[in-house]
Amino acid sequence: MGADVLAVRCRNVVKIYGTGGQKVTALGGIDLDIATGELMMLVGPSGCGKTTLISVIAGILDQDEGSCEVFGKDLAAMSDQEKLKFRASHIGFVFQAFNLLPSLTVAENVSVPLLINGVRRAEAERRAEHILEQVGLGDRTTFLPSQLSGGQQQRVAIARALIHDPGLIVCDEPTSALDHETGQTVMQLLKRTVLQKNRALVIVTHDARIFDFADRTAEMDDGRILRIEKSSVTN
Amino acid sequence: MYHIALKMLTGDRGKYLGIIMGLTFASLIMTQQPAIFIGLMTRTYSFITDVSLPDIWVMDSKVQFVDDIKPLQDTELYRVRGVSGVEWATPMYKGLLRVRLANGTFQSCFVVGLDDATLIGGPPVMLEGSIEDLRRSDGVIVDIDGARDKLARPSREPDGKSVPIKVGDSLEVNDHRAIVVGIAKVSRTFQAQPIIYTTYSRAKSYAPRERKLLSFILVKAKPGQDLSVLTRRIRESTGLAAYTRKEFMDLTYDYFMKNTGIPINFGISVLLGFMVGAAIAGQTFYNFTLDNLRQFGVLKAMGTSNRVLLQMILLQAVLVGAVGYGLGVGSTALFGYFMSDTILAFKFTWQLLVFSGVGISLICVFAAIISILKVIRLEPAVVFKN
Repeated sequence: MGADVLAVRCRNVVKIYGTGGQKVTALGGIDLDIATGELMMLVGPSGCGKTTLISVIAGILDQDEGSCEVFGKDLAAMSDQEKLKFRASHIGFVFQAFNLLPSLTVAENVSVPLLINGVRRAEAERRAEHILEQVGLGDRTTFLPSQLSGGQQQRVAIARALIHDPGLIVCDEPTSALDHETGQTVMQLLKRTVLQKNRALVIVTHDARIFDFADRTAEMDDGRILRIEKSSVTN
Repeated sequence: MYHIALKMLTGDRGKYLGIIMGLTFASLIMTQQPAIFIGLMTRTYSFITDVSLPDIWVMDSKVQFVDDIKPLQDTELYRVRGVSGVEWATPMYKGLLRVRLANGTFQSCFVVGLDDATLIGGPPVMLEGSIEDLRRSDGVIVDIDGARDKLARPSREPDGKSVPIKVGDSLEVNDHRAIVVGIAKVSRTFQAQPIIYTTYSRAKSYAPRERKLLSFILVKAKPGQDLSVLTRRIRESTGLAAYTRKEFMDLTYDYFMKNTGIPINFGISVLLGFMVGAAIAGQTFYNFTLDNLRQFGVLKAMGTSNRVLLQMILLQAVLVGAVGYGLGVGSTALFGYFMSDTILAFKFTWQLLVFSGVGISLICVFAAIISILKVIRLEPAVVFKN
């Protein structure tokens, strides 16, 4: 672990979908701590509850029981408006399908989190161009996402997740749509840019090729964490 | 964020043009058919509109509309002239008479007989000759549309164009010789029969022998005279019907509205047009929002509030609505422009602009509301699903 400060503290988090006979327990009492400066991977088979857990951690899904604190704030206790503001300023997202807005240029896509936080467009795009330089896409700022390769699009998504300097980044299968080499490059970029500022990084993945980048790996099944292991590899 | 909303809207040119085309079509059919309807209804009273000088029209009390002629005795003219508040009163004959054309066929024409002394009630615009030429022997003035079309002489060449009648040509009106002394521009009428102007006395000689031949009495009120008071006074003292121009136009309009199938036929057409237009435009805009639902989900996950998303959708709706409306009414106006001076009835009024504007706004607001509900209900966790 890079530091002692907790970015995420989950206690007995329960999430149930459906009612009556249709009930499905997606999370069956999760306890999990993630420190700042740490890269935590959530692994496990499909339907084990990984995505539900990061949705709860990211504040876009409410748990039914238990508590989940992010940087000491209990998300369940916040109003919807407070949760929106908290998400906008403290959390960055990287998605499997990139989820870039297809009609916006690369720089405009990256500037979206700043616009949500009320930064003026010109300033947001200036800062977007700066961070795109850092991820090696300084010459692609005016391109549309459709003009980029999968790896480049994921780098744009990473730049978008970082631009507003959030303390927690959640990533959903960030390398599953990429080939091995590009996936390694993206993970190196993620680890370098995210952790250099002592942020916390949570990655949901099936991709065994990137397990070695994790500081710790939480293995999940049936809505529970079976074990948490520290990585033996130093990246 | 508004910038993003606009780029989302216009980024996919195909979809954007699809929405615009849908709304353009909607506002086109919302305005084009009603414009034809208004044009047609305007023609029902266009004869009254063309006679602008008199304030009041006096006629038999059973007259229901302008072409429903129930003749009066000539002596009624003097009774009306004797009513207090009347500045002057002149006779007018209006009747449907047979005109024999050069090729031997017959054409029904409206013959309008004007007061011999004053020629009041004549055509609004003279294209050739002058109204005073009616004083020449057997003189008649023919409307330009009739001259070019129904009264035109057949070509001597097989399949050749017919030749419009012109000043100097002769006609045979109910077996009486008539010489064309002028060509006039008049508003097209609902009946679409050619109109022939002549003097009152000559019109009476053309008309079949009847005891009563006076169709209307045109009245000018004295300066400062209240028209409603004067019409009431004429009614009371003569037992005839007396209407101001506006009242007579309304009487005619109401007759056609109540007693013909025009309103119901056009009403169905306009209603269907509105519904089809609304369905096309609403569906297209709703589909656009559905297509972008994931993008809205991403924005929502990243912290965009519902309020901002709603504003973005409303901005998109307002923009496509305004552009679609503008192009739609523009197309209607162009249609009207190219169809002007043809037999097609078309009148594009400001009320129609307001009506279609409200219609398009309703469609956009409705589609936006449906889309907005979808976005409000959207679970941001959707972004983690592939």
